[in-house]
Amino acid sequence: MNNRNYKQDFPVFSEYPQLVYLDNSATTQKPQTVLNAAEQYYRAENANPLRGLYDLSVKATEVYENARAAVRDFIGAASEREIIFTRNATESLNLIAYSWGRANIREGDEILLLISEHHSNLLPWQILARETGAKLRFLECGADGAYTPAALQNALTPNTRLFAAAQISNIFGRVNPIREFAEICHKNGTLIVCDGAQSIPHIPVNVQELDVDFLAFSGHKMLAPMGIGALYGKEALLDAMPPFLYGGEMIESVTRESATYAELPHKFEAGTVNAGGAAGLHAAIRYLREVGFDEIRRREDALTALAFDGMKQIPHVRMIGADDPAEHHGILTFTIDGVHPHDVAAIFDADGIALRAGHHCAQPLHRHLGIPSTARMSIAFYNDEQDIKAFLSTLKTIRRRMGYD
Amino acid sequence: MTDQFYDEILLDHNMHPQHLHELPTATCSHAGVNPSCGDEITLHLDLSEGRITNGSFTGVGCAISQASADIMLDLMIGKTPQEALHLAELFSKMISGEITPEELESLEEAGALQNISRMPARVKCATLSWRTLQQLLSSYLSQ
Repeated sequence: MNNRNYKQDFPVFSEYPQLVYLDNSATTQKPQTVLNAAEQYYRAENANPLRGLYDLSVKATEVYENARAAVRDFIGAASEREIIFTRNATESLNLIAYSWGRANIREGDEILLLISEHHSNLLPWQILARETGAKLRFLECGADGAYTPAALQNALTPNTRLFAAAQISNIFGRVNPIREFAEICHKNGTLIVCDGAQSIPHIPVNVQELDVDFLAFSGHKMLAPMGIGALYGKEALLDAMPPFLYGGEMIESVTRESATYAELPHKFEAGTVNAGGAAGLHAAIRYLREVGFDEIRRREDALTALAFDGMKQIPHVRMIGADDPAEHHGILTFTIDGVHPHDVAAIFDADGIALRAGHHCAQPLHRHLGIPSTARMSIAFYNDEQDIKAFLSTLKTIRRRMGYD
Repeated sequence: MTDQFYDEILLDHNMHPQHLHELPTATCSHAGVNPSCGDEITLHLDLSEGRITNGSFTGVGCAISQASADIMLDLMIGKTPQEALHLAELFSKMISGEITPEELESLEEAGALQNISRMPARVKCATLSWRTLQQLLSSYLSQ
């Protein structure tokens, strides 16, 4: 592994030199360059973007729109009109469900989801189905977390209007074959929504290669500040959709009784926008590109394999998902016989190791797997071998510390 | 063993709970959910004689929620609903750090959970069974 110490770039590790942060799937830490960009915006570039007729507002608009251009380039979209800034992936998915969903889904239509979807890619569709009389259906996976194109093919019916799937599940860490899924969906006249929240920080994502109709992701899981995220949508779809939120900055002209709406992408960005967050997201994209996905993959794969192999050797530790570390992309979900995941996380916390326990916002999947809850450690490229060694050494002690011989 | 993570009393109730079972004689049952983790326990009480003559719990949870439920039932069996509600009140006083030493005495083994007030992430685990008991008894008394 390249020996560069990426932690030097992240101030949190100077604040807490002993911190072992293994909750990257929940949110990543932020590099100095991202903090600088957000601070620079509020120090020297802040005015209300998209509105003002003076120099500072023009600057603010530039910062905001440059960030949009960077996102477009980062995910390979055809046009900046296809990039909508939101708060996070959850808001992006809600936008699709409210705007596209309510305009297009009718009684008798079907919405197909993966059973492993995060609640953010489940509840908006659940509510939409309930309100419209559409039917919600689920594609189920086996214990390895794999979904095949053939299974999708079999599950589609002439009534399936929409298929929603994460590119990487936040429990399994496995990459779903989104491009194949998109091809199958489109042949069936079905739209495909991809939740990229867990994939965007770890693998190169190109929306035109994947040919998805929508892609949602959060900035905070990819080094950017919280409160900025994006929705990609194919221009023709976005163009035909009604606005999601109504208010300032999304209109063309307003009379007492009616309004005409701004063009894409501003039609979907009502109210004063998060320009400081967008500046941070821009810096995060720049930083990720400097590190490069080859390096990110090399480091994360090596650390994942180190952790996975160590975990497999510890008695009573049971891994969730594929039996191959290469299928995990830094996400290792596990249980320990006889110890509840909350107690597992509490013991890790006592040893200065941050990881997550619970249902990880995926209750239907836990029910499907017959496991009430799990613990999850999740790796980013800035983690190092010391982090993994500390994790494994605490993991070995847990049953003993819970009173087992 | 010196490196045990929790208090001995708590670990013992978690490993060997006396009251974790179904209760065929139960006159009422009530389920409580810990929203932070989705854990669910169901409390079963036999109130046929106007007091808690027997009780049990079912469901899964962390060591703190399981031990807390088991300790609670040890304390509650034999009590009237009014006495039980008073003790549950004292338990929340203990968790919020407002309990007097005399009051703490009356909670018996449940006093072992006092330190939970210093683990904010676990307060909901410790109070799950007690809140469930309060809900069950309040609706029993209002009938």
